[in-house]
Amino acid sequence: MKHRSGRLCLVGAMLWAALAIPAVRHVLESTMTLQMLIQIPLLALAGGWLAQGAPGWLVRRLHAWNHRGISGLLLASLTGMVWMLPLAMDAALDDPQVRLAKFLSVPLLIGAPIALSWPRAGFVVRGVVLVELIATMMRLGWLYLISPIRLCSNYLLDDQQRLGKILLVAGFAILLVLVWKLVWGHVDSGRADREDARIGSD
Amino acid sequence: MAVLRTLLVSLVLLAAGLGILAAATDGFRAYTTETARRIRVREHPPLVPPLPLQTAAGGRTSFGELRGRWLLVDFIYTRCMSYCSVQGSEFARLQGSLAEPLATGQVALLSVSFDPTHDDPVALADYQRQHGDHGAGWIAARPVDQADLTALMHAFGVVAVPDGWGGFVHNAAIAVVDPAGRLVAVLDWNDARAAARYVTQRLTP
Repeated sequence: MKHRSGRLCLVGAMLWAALAIPAVRHVLESTMTLQMLIQIPLLALAGGWLAQGAPGWLVRRLHAWNHRGISGLLLASLTGMVWMLPLAMDAALDDPQVRLAKFLSVPLLIGAPIALSWPRAGFVVRGVVLVELIATMMRLGWLYLISPIRLCSNYLLDDQQRLGKILLVAGFAILLVLVWKLVWGHVDSGRADREDARIGSD
Repeated sequence: MAVLRTLLVSLVLLAAGLGILAAATDGFRAYTTETARRIRVREHPPLVPPLPLQTAAGGRTSFGELRGRWLLVDFIYTRCMSYCSVQGSEFARLQGSLAEPLATGQVALLSVSFDPTHDDPVALADYQRQHGDHGAGWIAARPVDQADLTALMHAFGVVAVPDGWGGFVHNAAIAVVDPAGRLVAVLDWNDARAAARYVTQRLTP
């Protein structure tokens, strides 16, 4: 187990470095669709894998402030909101400091907290996060699809509309999976409670 | 205890997050770069660099030389086949509605090409003729080198993206420069009437 998390951590660091290579970055930032659906999720994934290598004492200390993963998931959502602003997306292309902020904050403030918080989140917290994710994808998708103006100065209108369609379809797909799990799946709400009981005697 | 600590951290995160969002959106007023640029220009008018330009007539002028009068500026490329081709007609229309202040030199119209390799003086003159130039007060010009072009686009907040068909898509607008050479407003490119009104209201009688 220890071995596997160390390897994941290394893979995460390599993925992070690979995404920062200028040539890779240029390709992934060439369209709005690639940036939002590939680059940002991969950056978050790199952070999530990186977090697997976090030392035990740090994880324990964070857990003491992260009941049921709520603070971690809140941090990830708020950071996500910032990078969903069209002007933040534009600035990440034009301004090297904002670009650096994106490359640091998406792995460390979105990916890592999700990886550390999701396993601790119970049924209700997971439900709230997933439903809000679906709602956000559909809201943004709809906005991108119907907006007659370009929301990002750096991207074309047809790119924006394509992203809108994909977000709507993806949001709907996640909704279907969620409904499937609720109706036919096995819902485990006990593990998080047990874990909290074990750690949270304080 | 973990619950209380989590509540505390969450409240701090929420406050910090909202603060950052408020700062990034100019107090929840701007979500796009274009809106943010308009608000910023209105509240903190930047000085336009006094860079030189080559005009359609072949001569030289500069943003420094043009100070002392109100300028309505748009950024163009003459090959435009889509909506931006209407920018020219809007400026020709402004020549009509602002005929008097244009004649007295209180106002000037200026179209700057962001495609200077193609838009030489001949192309610029053709562009003006095609859009019904009345022959007074409308200058079409191009920056003299790439560095000046970059500096001007930065100063005016213009972003041009290749459209994949050999042309560009850009955030067209009518920019207003006051007699002191400050960029004071960015107005809708297709609302010549609003641009004319903005300037006439501020002219000293």
